[in-house]
Amino acid sequence: MNWDIILENLPLYAQGAKLTVLLSLMALAIGFVLSLGLALLRNSHNPWVRLPVLGYTLVFRGTPLLVQLFLIYYGLAQFELLRQSIVWPWLSSPLVCVLIAFVLNTTAYTTEIFAGGMRHIPAGEIEAARAYGMSPFTVARRILIPAMLTRSLSLYGNETIMMMHATSLASTVTLMEVTGVARTITLTSYILFEPYVTAAAIYLALTFVLVALFRVAEKRWANP
Amino acid sequence: MLTAYAATVLSAGYVTLKLAGSALALSVVLGLAGALCKLSSSAVLRTLAGIYTSTVRGIPDLVLMLLMFYSLPTLCNDLIAAAGFEYFVEFDPFIAGMLTLALIFGAYMTETFRGALLTIPKGQVEAARAYGLGPVKTFVRIQLPQMARLALPGFTNNWLVLLKATALASLIGLQDVMLTAKGAAEATGQPFTFYLIAGGFYLALTIASVLILMWIGRRLDLGTREMPR
Repeated sequence: MNWDIILENLPLYAQGAKLTVLLSLMALAIGFVLSLGLALLRNSHNPWVRLPVLGYTLVFRGTPLLVQLFLIYYGLAQFELLRQSIVWPWLSSPLVCVLIAFVLNTTAYTTEIFAGGMRHIPAGEIEAARAYGMSPFTVARRILIPAMLTRSLSLYGNETIMMMHATSLASTVTLMEVTGVARTITLTSYILFEPYVTAAAIYLALTFVLVALFRVAEKRWANP
Repeated sequence: MLTAYAATVLSAGYVTLKLAGSALALSVVLGLAGALCKLSSSAVLRTLAGIYTSTVRGIPDLVLMLLMFYSLPTLCNDLIAAAGFEYFVEFDPFIAGMLTLALIFGAYMTETFRGALLTIPKGQVEAARAYGLGPVKTFVRIQLPQMARLALPGFTNNWLVLLKATALASLIGLQDVMLTAKGAAEATGQPFTFYLIAGGFYLALTIASVLILMWIGRRLDLGTREMPR
Protein backbone atom coordinates (compact mmCIF):
# COMPACT_ATOMS: atom_id res chain seq x y z
CA MET A 1 0.00 0.00 0.00
CA ASN A 2 1.22 3.47 -0.86
CA TRP A 3 -0.75 5.79 1.37
CA ASP A 4 2.30 8.11 1.67
CA ILE A 5 1.68 9.23 -1.91
CA ILE A 6 -1.90 10.13 -0.98
CA LEU A 7 -0.68 12.06 2.07
CA GLU A 8 1.78 13.99 -0.08
CA ASN A 9 -1.02 14.83 -2.48
CA LEU A 10 -3.61 15.86 0.09
CA PRO A 11 -3.34 19.56 -0.88
CA LEU A 12 -4.20 18.53 -4.45
CA TYR A 13 -7.27 16.66 -3.18
CA ALA A 14 -8.27 19.72 -1.14
CA GLN A 15 -8.12 21.83 -4.29
CA GLY A 16 -10.10 19.19 -6.14
CA ALA A 17 -12.75 19.12 -3.43
CA LYS A 18 -12.96 22.91 -3.63
CA LEU A 19 -13.62 22.72 -7.37
CA THR A 20 -16.16 19.91 -6.87
CA VAL A 21 -18.05 21.98 -4.31
CA LEU A 22 -17.79 25.12 -6.42
CA LEU A 23 -19.08 23.40 -9.57
CA SER A 24 -21.96 21.81 -7.65
CA LEU A 25 -22.94 25.06 -5.94
CA MET A 26 -22.82 27.13 -9.12
CA ALA A 27 -24.78 24.61 -11.18
CA LEU A 28 -27.34 24.15 -8.41
CA ALA A 29 -27.75 27.88 -7.74
CA ILE A 30 -28.27 28.80 -11.40
CA GLY A 31 -30.44 25.71 -11.93
CA PHE A 32 -32.57 26.58 -8.90
CA VAL A 33 -33.41 30.08 -10.16
CA LEU A 34 -34.14 28.88 -13.70
CA SER A 35 -36.28 25.99 -12.45
CA LEU A 36 -38.52 28.26 -10.36
CA GLY A 37 -39.62 30.06 -13.50
CA LEU A 38 -39.68 26.99 -15.73
CA ALA A 39 -41.77 25.03 -13.21
CA LEU A 40 -44.44 27.75 -13.37
CA LEU A 41 -44.35 27.60 -17.17
CA ARG A 42 -44.38 23.78 -17.09
CA ASN A 43 -47.77 23.91 -15.34
CA SER A 44 -49.18 26.64 -17.58
CA HIS A 45 -52.63 26.15 -19.10
CA ASN A 46 -51.32 27.34 -22.45
CA PRO A 47 -49.92 24.34 -24.40
CA TRP A 48 -47.61 26.66 -26.40
CA VAL A 49 -45.89 27.50 -23.14
CA ARG A 50 -46.15 24.12 -21.44
CA LEU A 51 -45.06 21.83 -24.27
CA PRO A 52 -41.71 23.49 -25.11
CA VAL A 53 -40.71 23.20 -21.44
CA LEU A 54 -41.84 19.56 -21.44
CA GLY A 55 -39.77 18.97 -24.61
CA TYR A 56 -36.71 20.49 -22.95
CA THR A 57 -37.00 18.41 -19.77
CA LEU A 58 -37.71 15.25 -21.79
CA VAL A 59 -34.60 15.64 -23.95
CA PHE A 60 -32.27 16.54 -21.11
CA ARG A 61 -33.63 13.88 -18.75
CA GLY A 62 -33.74 11.28 -21.51
CA THR A 63 -30.09 11.45 -22.56
CA PRO A 64 -26.91 10.80 -20.55
CA LEU A 65 -25.16 13.84 -19.08
CA LEU A 66 -21.97 12.54 -20.68
CA VAL A 67 -23.55 12.94 -24.14
CA GLN A 68 -24.71 16.47 -23.29
CA LEU A 69 -21.27 17.41 -22.01
CA PHE A 70 -19.48 15.99 -25.07
CA LEU A 71 -21.99 17.67 -27.41
CA ILE A 72 -21.17 21.04 -25.87
CA TYR A 73 -17.44 20.62 -25.29
CA TYR A 74 -16.41 18.66 -28.40
CA GLY A 75 -19.49 19.06 -30.59
CA LEU A 76 -19.74 22.84 -30.86
CA ALA A 77 -16.28 23.01 -32.48
CA GLN A 78 -17.87 21.51 -35.58
CA PHE A 79 -19.47 24.83 -36.46
CA GLU A 80 -17.09 27.18 -38.24
CA LEU A 81 -19.39 30.15 -37.68
CA LEU A 82 -19.31 29.60 -33.93
CA ARG A 83 -15.54 29.13 -33.89
CA GLN A 84 -15.04 32.56 -35.43
CA SER A 85 -17.56 34.34 -33.22
CA ILE A 86 -16.64 36.41 -30.17
CA VAL A 87 -18.12 33.86 -27.75
CA TRP A 88 -15.66 31.15 -28.81
CA PRO A 89 -13.01 31.87 -26.15
CA TRP A 90 -15.80 31.17 -23.65
CA LEU A 91 -17.18 28.11 -25.38
CA SER A 92 -13.77 26.50 -25.78
CA SER A 93 -13.10 26.68 -22.05
CA PRO A 94 -13.80 23.37 -20.31
CA LEU A 95 -15.04 25.14 -17.19
CA VAL A 96 -17.70 27.09 -19.08
CA CYS A 97 -18.77 24.03 -21.10
CA VAL A 98 -19.05 21.91 -17.98
CA LEU A 99 -21.13 24.56 -16.26
CA ILE A 100 -23.45 24.96 -19.25
CA ALA A 101 -23.96 21.19 -19.42
CA PHE A 102 -24.52 20.83 -15.66
CA VAL A 103 -26.94 23.77 -15.51
CA LEU A 104 -28.98 22.52 -18.48
CA ASN A 105 -29.10 19.04 -16.95
CA THR A 106 -29.92 19.89 -13.35
CA THR A 107 -32.47 22.54 -14.44
CA ALA A 108 -34.38 19.87 -16.40
CA TYR A 109 -34.59 17.57 -13.36
CA THR A 110 -35.30 20.37 -10.89
CA THR A 111 -38.03 21.84 -13.09
CA GLU A 112 -39.86 18.52 -13.08
CA ILE A 113 -39.41 18.16 -9.31
CA PHE A 114 -40.76 21.65 -8.63
CA ALA A 115 -43.57 21.33 -11.18
CA GLY A 116 -44.57 18.03 -9.57
CA GLY A 117 -44.54 19.64 -6.11
CA MET A 118 -46.70 22.44 -7.42
CA ARG A 119 -49.34 20.08 -8.82
CA HIS A 120 -49.91 18.75 -5.30
CA ILE A 121 -50.85 22.13 -3.86
CA PRO A 122 -54.58 22.13 -2.99
CA ALA A 123 -56.49 24.35 -5.41
CA GLY A 124 -58.24 25.98 -2.45
CA GLU A 125 -54.99 27.67 -1.33
CA ILE A 126 -54.64 29.43 -4.68
CA GLU A 127 -58.34 30.30 -4.80
CA ALA A 128 -58.19 31.76 -1.30
CA ALA A 129 -55.17 33.88 -2.25
CA ARG A 130 -57.01 35.09 -5.34
CA ALA A 131 -60.07 35.87 -3.25
CA TYR A 132 -57.89 38.01 -0.99
CA GLY A 133 -57.16 40.10 -4.05
CA MET A 134 -53.55 39.01 -4.61
CA SER A 135 -52.17 39.54 -8.11
CA PRO A 136 -50.86 36.44 -9.97
CA PHE A 137 -47.33 37.58 -9.18
CA THR A 138 -48.05 37.92 -5.45
CA VAL A 139 -49.78 34.53 -5.46
CA ALA A 140 -46.67 32.99 -7.01
CA ARG A 141 -44.32 34.74 -4.60
CA ARG A 142 -46.24 34.23 -1.37
CA ILE A 143 -48.23 31.03 -1.86
CA LEU A 144 -47.17 28.95 -4.86
CA ILE A 145 -43.39 29.03 -4.62
CA PRO A 146 -43.07 28.52 -0.83
CA ALA A 147 -45.61 25.68 -0.89
CA MET A 148 -43.91 24.13 -3.92
CA LEU A 149 -40.45 24.31 -2.33
CA THR A 150 -41.48 22.72 0.98
CA ARG A 151 -43.32 19.95 -0.87
CA SER A 152 -40.36 19.10 -3.08
CA LEU A 153 -37.65 19.44 -0.44
CA SER A 154 -36.73 15.75 -0.10
CA LEU A 155 -36.68 15.14 -3.86
CA TYR A 156 -34.64 18.29 -4.34
CA GLY A 157 -32.21 17.00 -1.71
CA ASN A 158 -31.69 13.89 -3.83
CA GLU A 159 -31.12 16.04 -6.90
CA THR A 160 -28.40 18.06 -5.15
CA ILE A 161 -26.60 14.81 -4.28
CA MET A 162 -26.97 13.57 -7.86
CA MET A 163 -25.58 16.87 -9.16
CA MET A 164 -22.64 16.76 -6.77
CA HIS A 165 -21.86 13.22 -7.96
CA ALA A 166 -22.30 14.27 -11.58
CA THR A 167 -19.49 16.81 -11.24
CA SER A 168 -17.14 13.80 -11.41
CA LEU A 169 -17.79 13.84 -15.17
CA ALA A 170 -15.93 17.15 -15.37
CA SER A 171 -12.75 15.06 -15.13
CA THR A 172 -13.46 13.73 -18.64
CA VAL A 173 -12.87 17.20 -20.09
CA THR A 174 -9.60 17.85 -18.22
CA LEU A 175 -10.95 19.63 -15.12
CA MET A 176 -9.12 18.84 -11.90
CA GLU A 177 -11.93 18.19 -9.45
CA VAL A 178 -11.71 15.24 -7.03
CA THR A 179 -11.97 12.54 -9.72
CA GLY A 180 -9.58 14.44 -12.00
CA VAL A 181 -7.05 14.67 -9.19
CA ALA A 182 -7.39 10.93 -8.48
CA ARG A 183 -6.92 10.11 -12.16
CA THR A 184 -3.83 12.33 -12.39
CA ILE A 185 -2.24 10.66 -9.37
CA THR A 186 -2.86 7.21 -10.86
CA LEU A 187 -1.05 8.35 -14.00
CA THR A 188 1.89 10.04 -12.30
CA SER A 189 2.48 7.59 -9.45
CA TYR A 190 1.51 4.30 -11.11
CA ILE A 191 -0.78 3.30 -8.27
CA LEU A 192 -4.36 2.37 -9.06
CA PHE A 193 -5.93 1.54 -5.72
CA GLU A 194 -5.39 4.37 -3.25
CA PRO A 195 -6.22 7.45 -5.37
CA TYR A 196 -9.71 6.28 -6.30
CA VAL A 197 -10.47 5.04 -2.79
CA THR A 198 -9.52 8.48 -1.45
CA ALA A 199 -11.76 10.15 -4.03
CA ALA A 200 -14.64 7.85 -3.07
CA ALA A 201 -14.13 8.74 0.61
CA ILE A 202 -14.26 12.46 -0.17
CA TYR A 203 -17.51 12.06 -2.13
CA LEU A 204 -18.99 9.96 0.68
CA ALA A 205 -18.14 12.67 3.20
CA LEU A 206 -19.64 15.40 0.98
CA THR A 207 -22.77 13.28 0.50
CA PHE A 208 -23.21 12.82 4.25
CA VAL A 209 -22.90 16.60 4.74
CA LEU A 210 -25.61 17.19 2.12
CA VAL A 211 -27.88 14.53 3.63
CA ALA A 212 -27.47 16.10 7.09
CA LEU A 213 -28.17 19.60 5.74
CA PHE A 214 -31.37 18.48 4.06
CA ARG A 215 -32.47 16.61 7.15
CA VAL A 216 -32.18 19.86 9.12
CA ALA A 217 -33.97 21.77 6.36
CA GLU A 218 -36.81 19.24 6.30
CA LYS A 219 -37.24 19.49 10.07
CA ARG A 220 -37.31 23.27 9.82
CA TRP A 221 -39.57 23.78 6.81
CA ALA A 222 -41.30 20.61 5.69
CA ASN A 223 -43.11 19.81 8.93
CA PRO A 224 -46.79 19.41 8.21
CA MET B 1 -19.72 7.62 -45.65
CA LEU B 2 -21.55 9.46 -42.88
CA THR B 3 -24.41 6.99 -43.02
CA ALA B 4 -21.93 4.11 -42.74
CA TYR B 5 -20.49 5.65 -39.58
CA ALA B 6 -23.96 6.33 -38.24
CA ALA B 7 -24.86 2.68 -38.82
CA THR B 8 -21.76 1.59 -36.87
CA VAL B 9 -22.75 3.83 -33.97
CA LEU B 10 -26.28 2.47 -33.87
CA SER B 11 -25.13 -1.14 -34.22
CA ALA B 12 -23.06 -0.61 -31.06
CA GLY B 13 -26.47 -0.10 -29.46
CA TYR B 14 -26.45 -3.88 -29.09
CA VAL B 15 -23.52 -3.62 -26.66
CA THR B 16 -25.26 -0.85 -24.71
CA LEU B 17 -28.46 -2.86 -24.50
CA LYS B 18 -26.64 -6.04 -23.49
CA LEU B 19 -24.83 -4.13 -20.75
CA ALA B 20 -28.03 -2.46 -19.52
CA GLY B 21 -30.04 -5.69 -19.64
CA SER B 22 -27.51 -7.85 -17.80
CA ALA B 23 -26.89 -5.15 -15.20
CA LEU B 24 -30.64 -4.82 -14.71
CA ALA B 25 -31.11 -8.56 -14.16
CA LEU B 26 -28.29 -8.65 -11.59
CA SER B 27 -29.53 -5.52 -9.87
CA VAL B 28 -33.02 -6.98 -9.46
CA VAL B 29 -31.50 -10.02 -7.74
CA LEU B 30 -29.33 -7.80 -5.53
CA GLY B 31 -32.28 -5.52 -4.85
CA LEU B 32 -34.52 -8.40 -3.75
CA ALA B 33 -31.79 -9.74 -1.49
CA GLY B 34 -31.12 -6.24 -0.15
CA ALA B 35 -34.78 -5.53 0.53
CA LEU B 36 -35.23 -8.85 2.33
CA CYS B 37 -32.12 -8.12 4.42
CA LYS B 38 -33.40 -4.63 5.27
CA LEU B 39 -36.74 -6.07 6.39
CA SER B 40 -35.29 -9.08 8.18
CA SER B 41 -35.42 -9.52 11.92
CA SER B 42 -31.64 -9.94 12.10
CA ALA B 43 -29.89 -6.74 13.15
CA VAL B 44 -26.66 -7.85 11.43
CA LEU B 45 -28.36 -8.27 8.03
CA ARG B 46 -30.18 -4.93 8.42
CA THR B 47 -26.95 -3.11 9.26
CA LEU B 48 -25.04 -4.75 6.40
CA ALA B 49 -27.76 -3.83 3.91
CA GLY B 50 -27.83 -0.29 5.31
CA ILE B 51 -24.07 0.10 4.88
CA TYR B 52 -24.33 -1.27 1.34
CA THR B 53 -27.04 1.11 0.17
CA SER B 54 -25.70 4.24 1.81
CA THR B 55 -22.10 3.66 0.69
CA VAL B 56 -22.98 2.86 -2.91
CA ARG B 57 -25.39 5.76 -3.18
CA GLY B 58 -22.83 8.13 -1.64
CA ILE B 59 -20.17 7.60 -4.32
CA PRO B 60 -20.48 8.84 -7.92
CA ASP B 61 -21.15 6.18 -10.56
CA LEU B 62 -17.99 7.10 -12.44
CA VAL B 63 -15.78 6.73 -9.37
CA LEU B 64 -17.34 3.34 -8.56
CA MET B 65 -16.68 2.24 -12.12
CA LEU B 66 -13.04 3.34 -11.94
CA LEU B 67 -12.73 1.56 -8.58
CA MET B 68 -14.13 -1.63 -10.08
CA PHE B 69 -12.07 -1.48 -13.26
CA TYR B 70 -8.70 -0.26 -11.94
CA SER B 71 -8.58 -0.52 -8.16
CA LEU B 72 -10.21 -3.86 -7.46
CA PRO B 73 -8.01 -5.94 -9.83
CA THR B 74 -4.93 -4.16 -8.45
CA LEU B 75 -5.97 -5.02 -4.92
CA CYS B 76 -6.60 -8.64 -5.93
CA ASN B 77 -3.24 -8.87 -7.67
CA ASP B 78 -1.43 -7.43 -4.66
CA LEU B 79 -3.14 -9.96 -2.41
CA ILE B 80 -2.42 -12.83 -4.80
CA ALA B 81 1.24 -11.79 -5.08
CA ALA B 82 1.50 -11.45 -1.30
CA ALA B 83 0.10 -14.97 -0.94
CA GLY B 84 2.85 -16.17 -3.28
CA PHE B 85 0.79 -17.22 -6.28
CA GLU B 86 1.43 -16.32 -9.89
CA TYR B 87 -1.88 -15.29 -11.29
CA PHE B 88 -2.95 -12.03 -12.87
CA VAL B 89 -6.49 -10.69 -12.53
CA GLU B 90 -7.75 -8.30 -15.15
CA PHE B 91 -11.30 -7.14 -15.74
CA ASP B 92 -12.86 -6.84 -19.13
CA PRO B 93 -14.63 -3.44 -19.53
CA PHE B 94 -17.96 -5.18 -20.08
CA ILE B 95 -17.69 -7.28 -16.92
CA ALA B 96 -16.47 -4.32 -14.86
CA GLY B 97 -19.23 -2.10 -16.22
CA MET B 98 -21.91 -4.71 -15.64
CA LEU B 99 -20.79 -5.43 -12.07
CA THR B 100 -20.56 -1.73 -11.21
CA LEU B 101 -23.98 -0.89 -12.60
CA ALA B 102 -25.47 -3.96 -10.89
CA LEU B 103 -23.94 -2.86 -7.59
CA ILE B 104 -25.22 0.71 -7.95
CA PHE B 105 -28.71 -0.12 -9.13
CA GLY B 106 -28.95 -3.04 -6.72
CA ALA B 107 -28.82 -0.38 -4.00
CA TYR B 108 -31.55 1.68 -5.67
CA MET B 109 -33.66 -1.44 -6.28
CA THR B 110 -33.24 -2.37 -2.60
CA GLU B 111 -34.90 0.89 -1.59
CA THR B 112 -37.62 0.57 -4.24
CA PHE B 113 -38.47 -3.03 -3.33
CA ARG B 114 -38.31 -2.33 0.40
CA GLY B 115 -40.77 0.53 0.03
CA ALA B 116 -43.12 -1.61 -2.06
CA LEU B 117 -42.99 -4.54 0.38
CA LEU B 118 -43.79 -2.21 3.27
CA THR B 119 -46.92 -0.99 1.47
CA ILE B 120 -48.45 -4.49 1.40
CA PRO B 121 -50.88 -4.79 4.34
CA LYS B 122 -49.47 -6.97 7.12
CA GLY B 123 -52.72 -8.92 7.39
CA GLN B 124 -52.09 -10.55 4.03
CA VAL B 125 -48.86 -12.15 5.20
CA GLU B 126 -50.52 -13.20 8.46
CA ALA B 127 -53.45 -14.71 6.55
CA ALA B 128 -51.08 -16.63 4.27
CA ARG B 129 -49.17 -17.98 7.26
CA ALA B 130 -52.46 -18.91 8.94
CA TYR B 131 -53.37 -20.92 5.83
CA GLY B 132 -50.21 -22.91 6.40
CA LEU B 133 -48.00 -21.40 3.66
CA GLY B 134 -44.30 -21.41 4.56
CA PRO B 135 -42.22 -18.20 4.54
CA VAL B 136 -40.90 -18.92 1.02
CA LYS B 137 -44.33 -19.66 -0.44
CA THR B 138 -45.79 -16.62 1.28
CA PHE B 139 -43.13 -14.47 -0.32
CA VAL B 140 -43.41 -15.97 -3.80
CA ARG B 141 -47.20 -16.24 -3.98
CA ILE B 142 -48.44 -13.31 -1.90
CA GLN B 143 -45.76 -10.64 -1.54
CA LEU B 144 -43.81 -10.88 -4.79
CA PRO B 145 -46.74 -10.37 -7.22
CA GLN B 146 -48.01 -7.36 -5.30
CA MET B 147 -44.52 -5.96 -4.90
CA ALA B 148 -44.04 -6.10 -8.68
CA ARG B 149 -47.06 -3.86 -9.17
CA LEU B 150 -46.24 -1.46 -6.35
CA ALA B 151 -42.55 -1.19 -7.28
CA LEU B 152 -43.17 -0.55 -10.97
CA PRO B 153 -42.92 3.28 -10.89
CA GLY B 154 -39.66 3.14 -8.93
CA PHE B 155 -38.41 0.29 -11.10
CA THR B 156 -39.12 2.31 -14.25
CA ASN B 157 -37.20 5.24 -12.85
CA ASN B 158 -34.21 3.06 -11.89
CA TRP B 159 -34.16 1.47 -15.34
CA LEU B 160 -34.15 4.86 -17.07
CA VAL B 161 -31.24 6.07 -14.91
CA LEU B 162 -29.41 2.75 -15.45
CA LEU B 163 -29.82 3.00 -19.22
CA LYS B 164 -28.17 6.41 -19.25
CA ALA B 165 -25.48 5.35 -16.77
CA THR B 166 -24.26 2.67 -19.23
CA ALA B 167 -22.64 5.53 -21.18
CA LEU B 168 -20.02 5.70 -18.41
CA ALA B 169 -18.68 2.29 -19.46
CA SER B 170 -17.29 4.02 -22.57
CA LEU B 171 -14.85 5.77 -20.24
CA ILE B 172 -13.27 2.44 -19.26
CA GLY B 173 -13.05 1.38 -22.89
CA LEU B 174 -16.25 -0.50 -23.66
CA GLN B 175 -17.15 -0.16 -27.35
CA ASP B 176 -20.72 0.97 -26.72
CA VAL B 177 -22.76 3.65 -28.50
CA MET B 178 -20.83 6.40 -26.77
CA LEU B 179 -17.30 5.21 -27.57
CA THR B 180 -18.26 4.33 -31.14
CA ALA B 181 -19.74 7.82 -31.52
CA LYS B 182 -16.46 9.22 -30.24
CA GLY B 183 -14.52 7.18 -32.80
CA ALA B 184 -16.80 8.34 -35.61
CA ALA B 185 -16.59 11.93 -34.38
CA GLU B 186 -12.81 11.86 -34.50
CA ALA B 187 -12.64 10.08 -37.85
CA THR B 188 -15.04 12.43 -39.63
CA GLY B 189 -14.38 15.67 -37.76
CA GLN B 190 -18.10 15.99 -37.06
CA PRO B 191 -18.41 15.50 -33.30
CA PHE B 192 -21.75 17.30 -33.02
CA THR B 193 -23.43 15.04 -35.57
CA PHE B 194 -22.30 11.82 -33.95
CA TYR B 195 -22.88 12.76 -30.33
CA LEU B 196 -26.33 13.91 -31.45
CA ILE B 197 -26.95 10.47 -32.97
CA ALA B 198 -25.81 8.87 -29.71
CA GLY B 199 -28.11 11.19 -27.77
CA GLY B 200 -31.00 10.31 -30.08
CA PHE B 201 -30.37 6.61 -29.42
CA TYR B 202 -30.67 7.03 -25.65
CA LEU B 203 -33.70 9.32 -26.01
CA ALA B 204 -35.51 6.84 -28.26
CA LEU B 205 -34.83 4.00 -25.81
CA THR B 206 -36.01 6.15 -22.90
CA ILE B 207 -39.28 7.00 -24.62
CA ALA B 208 -39.82 3.39 -25.73
CA SER B 209 -39.14 2.15 -22.18
CA VAL B 210 -41.62 4.59 -20.67
CA LEU B 211 -44.32 3.52 -23.12
CA ILE B 212 -43.70 -0.21 -22.60
CA LEU B 213 -43.61 0.07 -18.81
CA MET B 214 -46.78 2.17 -18.83
CA TRP B 215 -48.46 -0.65 -20.76
CA ILE B 216 -47.16 -3.24 -18.28
CA GLY B 217 -48.36 -1.02 -15.44
CA ARG B 218 -51.87 -0.97 -16.86
CA ARG B 219 -51.81 -4.77 -17.14
CA LEU B 220 -50.60 -5.21 -13.56
CA ASP B 221 -53.19 -2.74 -12.31
CA LEU B 222 -56.06 -4.73 -13.86
CA GLY B 223 -58.65 -5.43 -11.24
CA THR B 224 -57.20 -2.98 -8.75
CA ARG B 225 -58.35 0.26 -10.28
CA GLU B 226 -62.02 -0.25 -9.47
CA MET B 227 -61.24 -0.70 -5.81
CA PRO B 228 -61.88 2.29 -3.59
CA ARG B 229 -58.73 3.82 -2.24
